Amino acid sequence: MAKDGDVKLIGAWPSPFVMRPRIALNLKGVEYEFLEEKFGAKSDLLLRSNPVHKKIPVLLHADRPVCESLVIVQYVDDAWPSSGPSILPSDPYDRATARFWAAYIDEKWFPSMTGIAKAQGEEAKKAALDQVAEGLSLLEDAFGKISKGKPFFGGDTVGFLDIALGCLLGWLRVTEKMNGVKLLDEAKVPGLAKWAERFCADDAVKGVMPETDKLAEFAKLIMAKFKAAPSPQ
Amino acid sequence: MAEELKLFRTWSSPYALRVVWALRLKGIQYETVLEDVAEKSDIVRRYNPVYKKVPVLLHNGRPISESLIILEYVDETWKQHPLLPQDPHARAMARFWARFGDDKVMQSMWTAFLSEGKEQEAALAETSEHLQKLEEELRGKKFFGGDSIGYLDITFGWLANLIRVLEETSSLKVVDCERFPLLFAWLKEFSDAPVIKDCWPPHDQLVPKFVALRQLHRSRLSST
Repeated sequence: MAKDGDVKLIGAWPSPFVMRPRIALNLKGVEYEFLEEKFGAKSDLLLRSNPVHKKIPVLLHADRPVCESLVIVQYVDDAWPSSGPSILPSDPYDRATARFWAAYIDEKWFPSMTGIAKAQGEEAKKAALDQVAEGLSLLEDAFGKISKGKPFFGGDTVGFLDIALGCLLGWLRVTEKMNGVKLLDEAKVPGLAKWAERFCADDAVKGVMPETDKLAEFAKLIMAKFKAAPSPQ
Repeated sequence: MAEELKLFRTWSSPYALRVVWALRLKGIQYETVLEDVAEKSDIVRRYNPVYKKVPVLLHNGRPISESLIILEYVDETWKQHPLLPQDPHARAMARFWARFGDDKVMQSMWTAFLSEGKEQEAALAETSEHLQKLEEELRGKKFFGGDSIGYLDITFGWLANLIRVLEETSSLKVVDCERFPLLFAWLKEFSDAPVIKDCWPPHDQLVPKFVALRQLHRSRLSST
């Protein structure tokens, strides 16, 4: 462990983005110290390590910071190439495909999910939910093409795209619970529904995936806080 | 062995320019298919059904979209003149700054270009803050990539063009050589580098296009 250089991760248990590097490190069998941030107050270490965005997660490897969740996941893959499975596929076209869908998830699909909570009124809410469902349908299609019958987007083992999407499952379930809808519907997206179970059961994932109930309680807490006092985040 | 390599792009897109530079730096032969800015052809809709946008690189029948993703694909497929650094931490930093460029710098600069008055002042102030970070990244280096042009230089390359057009079409001074000496020097070094210089869209067509874009934006605002 010492020869790899000290590995620390600044994060918080509810954050889906923090989960991503945790899974990557678990896949590579890299031990790390988890430095949990307190909600509502950013530590000096975080502010020093990520002065540009002041956000978690931040990986500190031998005191050198790496920021942005998917940048960190790729870094972990590059920095520990001989440990554990490859996180990104080996073929350049497959890598491009994985990166494309990961970017789609972060730039389009995840914002559509947070859009549900922001939607005012029944019509807007339904439109927001439809958008999320449409995105899932696209991802179902992508899963079929990319996995080629194997259990994960990454093939036999959890890979980059599994991590990108899988980490959002907790919040997806909270959204389903709070809105009384089923988005990851086995009837509509059977491939993804089964994939989600496999992902959550994976050894690299199960220790860091928060329970839906605990997340839902946390969600209620932050929503109450934002409604009570319009303070900057 | 004939390799099919086509780049679908518009004549003015800064995103497409990144791919053009990457292919030229690596000395790769390819065919350009120019797309209309307003109307995307059926081909583009087929190859990029999610976003229906260009640039799209078609390599032996397989499409790749999103300029930064195309850059990494090109770098991984053709190993000569590597664009991304070898060191994992340096690679991570390059990817980090590339995203910063697209998400923050481009946004604030465009807002500065399209707006007026107080909104423009605020956007310019924000742009300066972002540019300060890029200035620091250039410390001790001729290019963002070190001694030669790399991924990050190509990614920021649009800055050289937009800043020039911005400063020409308005009274704005975006990159002051006293405040941003390294960035100022980089703009010149990068713009004048042989491969880069050859590929700029025609300046005399770009300026009217930008001016028209700004006028359209402002007229839309005033009519609402």
